[in-house]
Amino acid sequence: MARRAAEVALAPFAEVGALARMLSEAVFWGARPRYRGRVIVESMEFVGVGSIFIITVTGLFVGAVLGLQLADGFREFGAENQTGAVVGLALAREIGPVFAALMVSSRAGSAITTELGSMRVTSQIDALVTMAVNPVQYLVVPRLIAGVVMVPVLTMLFNLVGMFGAWFVCVKLLAIDSGIFLERMRWLVDWADVRQGLIKAAVFGLAVCLIACRQGFFAGGGAAGVGRATNRSVVHSAIAILMLDYLITGLVLGQGLF
Amino acid sequence: MGWFRTVRDSRAGAEAAASARSRDPIHIRVRDLHKRYGPHHVLKGVSFDVHRGKTNLVIGPSGSGKTVLMRQLVRLERPDEGEVRVDGVDFAKLRGLELDEARRTFGMVFQMSALFDSMSVYDNVAFPLRERLGLPPKEVRERVMARLESLGIADAAGKLPSALSGGMQKRVAVARALVLESPVLVYDEPTTGLDPITTRTVDDLIVEMQERFGLTSIVISHDMASVFRIADYITFLYYGEVHASGTPRELLESLDAPTMEFVEASGVSAEILDARRYSRTSAQSAT
Ligand SMILES: Nc1ncnc2c1ncn2[C@@H]1O[C@H](COP(=O)(O)OP(=O)(O)OP(=O)(O)O)[C@@H](O)[C@H]1O
Ligand SMILES: [Mg+2]
Repeated sequence: MARRAAEVALAPFAEVGALARMLSEAVFWGARPRYRGRVIVESMEFVGVGSIFIITVTGLFVGAVLGLQLADGFREFGAENQTGAVVGLALAREIGPVFAALMVSSRAGSAITTELGSMRVTSQIDALVTMAVNPVQYLVVPRLIAGVVMVPVLTMLFNLVGMFGAWFVCVKLLAIDSGIFLERMRWLVDWADVRQGLIKAAVFGLAVCLIACRQGFFAGGGAAGVGRATNRSVVHSAIAILMLDYLITGLVLGQGLF
Repeated sequence: MGWFRTVRDSRAGAEAAASARSRDPIHIRVRDLHKRYGPHHVLKGVSFDVHRGKTNLVIGPSGSGKTVLMRQLVRLERPDEGEVRVDGVDFAKLRGLELDEARRTFGMVFQMSALFDSMSVYDNVAFPLRERLGLPPKEVRERVMARLESLGIADAAGKLPSALSGGMQKRVAVARALVLESPVLVYDEPTTGLDPITTRTVDDLIVEMQERFGLTSIVISHDMASVFRIADYITFLYYGEVHASGTPRELLESLDAPTMEFVEASGVSAEILDARRYSRTSAQSAT
């Protein structure tokens, strides 16, 4: 009983340890040949290009809703002209990277776990080993690179589309002046905000793909086991994204951590 | 470049040693192999010989450790204790680049074929040539097509594995395992889950590969009908221990209780064995 409780309490630490180990192996194997450009491009295509649709649609509506809500709230103080500025800031610093990473996790991360998991349970990963092809180098490294590169790109896309959604609602539907909306936004949002968002996006991208790979790579227990691993992959990713978000924000703002 | 020369030298040395020993009829000597998973002692000192150029079967009841044994042989896992001497070189102790090099000794045909399901049949077979040898496309093409043709599956080159029957998939898996020209081919339960006709085709394929390329085959199986059809030598593994090892006839005549029980349950007798052997040799002389 006590032992079971201890296991449950220690599980998150064991999980973080397993992730750290996979990451260090990926760094080790990523640094030495062979370098598989084609496989990396394919992974980027899958993670990045494959997520354009969901990012565009969710970005549009998130931006629109933010515009609607904030304009409504600001109207109380007669400050609805500030809507563009605040939407821009929220998207660039927080909502863009967090949403883009969550979308990538639910679309690409789950697919990565399922793919690697079924490769594991059908011995395809063992087959790689017997051919002396390192499976971390061949399967994990390209996916991590894809995550680190493509989630920031997708975040930019999310921000752009989100801004458009907010602009459309505020200017076209709520009759806020377009010039003021954009001018206020440019005034408040600067490069440091965008940079903070992109750094977050890169870290989230790494975390999402690392978690997805780790869950798939060590899946067991047949098709049902792969299903459970996919489930865990999405849940762990969501938790990791929001915890890392707080951590990075705390570091950047230099407060709230200790 | 220092390490490179060392690797090549040691490889040249190993090859010289190998050719000196290649008349040794025992290809692999497994000695006192142990494997534990936590408190679970799965292999408890396994010793047996693998005969060169022959079909060597490993049989035993479910859970007796056959798959675990195979995973130690091809070094998917590292044994806790014991030796796997392949032409005198102890594979159980190898690490790093030496182990990478040594992996070419074994071709592996996995139970469910383990084909890469995102790649065509052609790319599956080409994979080890591209990844391992880094051959130019033209040479890859020649070697792959030669293998596919020799196995009668050249027509399927452009198809995905999922579009093939179980027997065809097995052929592709054999082609992929053969393409690096490994001297030892290991099959894990090659016929489990196949219908009787396909089982027979796969059995014939195993024997054919062994005879045509002079390969040493290691076959893990509990399909007793095919065991006695194809085996030159049989090792009976019973819960982590070898209870009998020898020719099929020696196994039939064994007085060890679990061996007797296992053989009896399979319904194979000396007369059937004679008849099967006869049908196999006559079928071969007919072709
Ligand atoms: N990675 C592992 N961790 C813990 N136990 C294991 C592991 N792999 C195998 N075992 C145990 O080792 C024993 C032997 O398993 P193995 O798969 O080798 O049996 P087998 O002879 O191949 O059986 P089958 O004919 O059913 O395939 C089983 O009791 C299994 O539970
Ligand atoms: Mg088995």
